[in-house]
Amino acid sequence: MTTPLSSILLVLGASFIGSFGAAFLKSGADRLHRQFITLLTNWRLVLGIFFFLASSLLYLKGIKHGELTILYPMVSLGNVWTLIWSRLIFHEPLTRNKLFGVGLILLGIVFLAFGGR
Amino acid sequence: MAATSVRYHKRLAATPTQPVPATPRHNQKLSIALVFLCTVLGAAAQILMKSGTQSTEASSPLALIAAIFTNWHLFLGYALYGLSTVVLIVALKYGQLSILYPVIALTYVWVTILSVVLYSEVLNPFKILGLTTVVLGVAILGRGMGGAKPPSHPELPAA
Repeated sequence: MTTPLSSILLVLGASFIGSFGAAFLKSGADRLHRQFITLLTNWRLVLGIFFFLASSLLYLKGIKHGELTILYPMVSLGNVWTLIWSRLIFHEPLTRNKLFGVGLILLGIVFLAFGGR
Repeated sequence: MAATSVRYHKRLAATPTQPVPATPRHNQKLSIALVFLCTVLGAAAQILMKSGTQSTEASSPLALIAAIFTNWHLFLGYALYGLSTVVLIVALKYGQLSILYPVIALTYVWVTILSVVLYSEVLNPFKILGLTTVVLGVAILGRGMGGAKPPSHPELPAA
């Protein structure tokens, strides 16, 4: 069974949009105040959740065809994009531990995908 | 004896007068604990949604939306997803995105373990290797927390 390019593009797109979701949730959370209602009135959080939903819809469409062993780890590339946004937008330090930790997590997800087939 | 008790009381007294963290940066430990909770909730949600979709005959998207309100597994699954998102948002307020977001991968670990326990799926060598690698990665990320003391047993969550 081969994985069509369209599926790969859909899943890559899902990982990209999901990382936008994470970035908007973070920027919204930074502006969160004690009142619980601000969870609903904060447009950044609303947009972040919208991106998460859009990402999962693209992902579900993408995995309809093709091998899950390839597509399943691919969506976790969102971690890499998120690391880039963390550095560029939120000026978080990129330490060796973070790069190493994320690398191991991605590798682990590849192993899990292989184990699942 | 008296000296210890005095020191004890001093420590107790010091706690309430300590200032509430003014910036989100100051509570990395709380944020890690919250995102941990978020992964457990997310895994429970996924399992409930799996059992929910198995027990429903809904095929069209509209029928599936209707099923969310009639099938309590699906309903609880979506509710837990919502709750885990709220917990994630609160965690993000207190911690770095570059540490918290990758930790969400722990959801895979819980889902794999729950699938073995609940659905008697087989735990093959690849899965065991994957689980160990993800947990190791999360432990190393945890050590990357700025200023925080690294855990004394970083491999403990593997148990």
